[in-house]
Amino acid sequence: MTQPDPDTPALAITGLAKTYASGVVALHAVDLVVAKGEIFALLGPNGAGKTTLINAVCGIVTPSGGHAAVFGEDTQRDYRSARRRIGLVPQELHTDAFETVLATVEFSRTLFGKPRDPAFVEKLLRDLTLWDKRDAKIMELSGGMKRRVMIAKALSHEPDLLFLDEPTAGVDVDLRRDMWDMVRGLRERGVTIVLTTHYIEEAEEMADRVGVIAKGRLILVEETATLMKKMGRKTLTLNLSEPLARLPEGLGQWDLALAADGHELVYEFDTQAEATGVPSLLRAMSDLDIGFKDLNTRQSSLEDIFVGLVHDNNVQTAETGS
Amino acid sequence: MNPRGVWAIYRFEMARFGRTFWTSLVVPVITTSLYFIVFGSAIGSRMTEVGGVPYGAFIVPGLILLSMFTESIGNASFGIYMPKWAGTIYEILSAPISPLETVTAYVGAAASKSIIVGCVILATAQIFTATPIAHPLAMAGFLVLMAVTFCLFGFLIGVWAQSFEQLQVIPLLVVYPLTFLGGAFYSIDMLPPFWRTVTLFNPVVYLISGFRWTFFGEGDVSIGASLGALALFLGICLAIVFWMFRTGYRLKS
Repeated sequence: MTQPDPDTPALAITGLAKTYASGVVALHAVDLVVAKGEIFALLGPNGAGKTTLINAVCGIVTPSGGHAAVFGEDTQRDYRSARRRIGLVPQELHTDAFETVLATVEFSRTLFGKPRDPAFVEKLLRDLTLWDKRDAKIMELSGGMKRRVMIAKALSHEPDLLFLDEPTAGVDVDLRRDMWDMVRGLRERGVTIVLTTHYIEEAEEMADRVGVIAKGRLILVEETATLMKKMGRKTLTLNLSEPLARLPEGLGQWDLALAADGHELVYEFDTQAEATGVPSLLRAMSDLDIGFKDLNTRQSSLEDIFVGLVHDNNVQTAETGS
Repeated sequence: MNPRGVWAIYRFEMARFGRTFWTSLVVPVITTSLYFIVFGSAIGSRMTEVGGVPYGAFIVPGLILLSMFTESIGNASFGIYMPKWAGTIYEILSAPISPLETVTAYVGAAASKSIIVGCVILATAQIFTATPIAHPLAMAGFLVLMAVTFCLFGFLIGVWAQSFEQLQVIPLLVVYPLTFLGGAFYSIDMLPPFWRTVTLFNPVVYLISGFRWTFFGEGDVSIGASLGALALFLGICLAIVFWMFRTGYRLKS
C-alpha cells in the first residue's frame, strides 16, 4: 500500500461530461478540484447541472466522458474505495416509509461496509436531535425530520467527503441554522463538504470557495469573498413625476436607462465602489428639476448575475473561437 | 467485496417480508387448502389416479410451483421496483457494492421467502394427502433452483417496469396462464395429440415435469429435458441481469 499523499485533493474532476439519452447535455466537460477540508458551494439556477455533477461522481449517473477521483481513487475504476469515503444527501426526500429511524441509519452504515457501531449511531442521532424518534417510522416524521434522517444516513459510515444537494431547500429557519452548524462541525473534524444551493447567502455564509454553474458549464470558481464583491451590484429605480422622452444631457455621466415609457429612470451601481454615484445623481436631478414620486433599490438577484455571467461567458467563447 | 452490504440488503428485504409474515404464510396455506378441496376432493374423487399416482398427490408439485412462481416474481420484482419508485435506489447505486452483490442480496432474499412458502405448501399438502418424495435431495435442489430462477426473472421485471401496472402484467398475463396450462393439474398425456405438441412449446411444462419427477420418479418429459430447460431459463435471466447492470438499464441514467 502506498502512503496517502496529504496533498491529494478530496475531489478532482477532469472533463466530466454528461449527455442524457434524450440528447440533453447536462454537463459540458467540467474540471474542478476541491481541496481536503474545504467547504465548496456549487451555485446555480435550477437545471444548471449541479445535481448531475454530484450524481456523476457518486455513481447514480453514468458520465458520458471524463473522470472523477475522490482522495485519489477513481470513482469508476476504484468505485468501492472511492464510494466508501463519500456521503450523499440528495435533494429529494427519498426514504423508506415503513422503516424506523434507527434501522434505516444502521442499514446505511452496513451497506457501506462498516461494522455495526451502536455507540456511534447513537451519537449521530443525538447530534441530529433524532434520538428520541429512533423507533418512529419514517413516514410519521415531518419533512424537516426526514431531511435529518437523510443526513444521518449519509454520515452513518463516517465519510470524508460529504455531498449536500440543496440541503436547505424547503427547510425552516431552525433546521437551516442547525444545518449550517453541523456543516461547520463536520469541517472541524476534517470532512470536506461540497454543497449545492441557489441561495447566494447560503454560499456566502458557509463556503470557502464558490463555483458558479450554468447550462452545464462551470463558468467560474472563486474565493467566496472575491465573488461577493463582484456580485454586489444594485439597481436604483426612480418613478418620475413627469415622463421623460429621452435622457437629459446633464445626466450623461451616470449609466442610466429609461423604462416604462419614460416614467422610470433606472440606475445600476456597484455597492462595493467608493462612490456609488447615488447622492450626486439625486443632486443633479434636483438641479435639473426632474422630480420623482418614489424610489426603490434592488440587489441584483442571482438570476441576473447568472444571466450576466453566462452572457459574458458566451462572448468570451465566441471571441476565443474566432 | 462487501459482504456486510449484501447482508444489509438481505436483512432489509427479509424484514420487509417479516412485516407481512402472517399473511405471507396464511395465504399459501389457504390457497393450497382450497385447491385440495376443489381439485383433490371434488374432482379427484372421479379421477382417482394419474399414471399410477393418486390425483391428490399428483397435483402437489404443480401446486407448489404455481405458488412459488407467483411469490418469487412478486417479491423479487417488488423488492427492486420499490426503491426505484420511492427514489431510495440512490443509496444502493452510490454504495460500494457491485451489481453482482446487489442482485445476490435481492434475489437471495426473495428466493429465501419463496423456499419457505414452498415448504409450507408441501407441509399443508401432506395433511390432505400423503405425498411420497422419491428423490428428496433432487426435490430440494429443484426447489431452490426454481426459486432462484424465478426470483431473477422477477428482478428483471422489477427493473424493467415503470409503473405498478407493468409490474403486474407479466405475472398475470404470461406466467400464470403458462403455469396453469403447463400441466400443474393434469398430465399432458391426457391431452389430444395436437394440443400435446403445442404444450411442448410451453417452457413451464418442463419445469413442472421435472419437479414431479423428483416426487414420483417420472414426469411428462425426461428429467434431462427438464434440467436443460431450467438451466436455459436461468442462463437467460442471468445474462439479462448482467446486461442491465452493465448498461445501467432503467436504474441509472
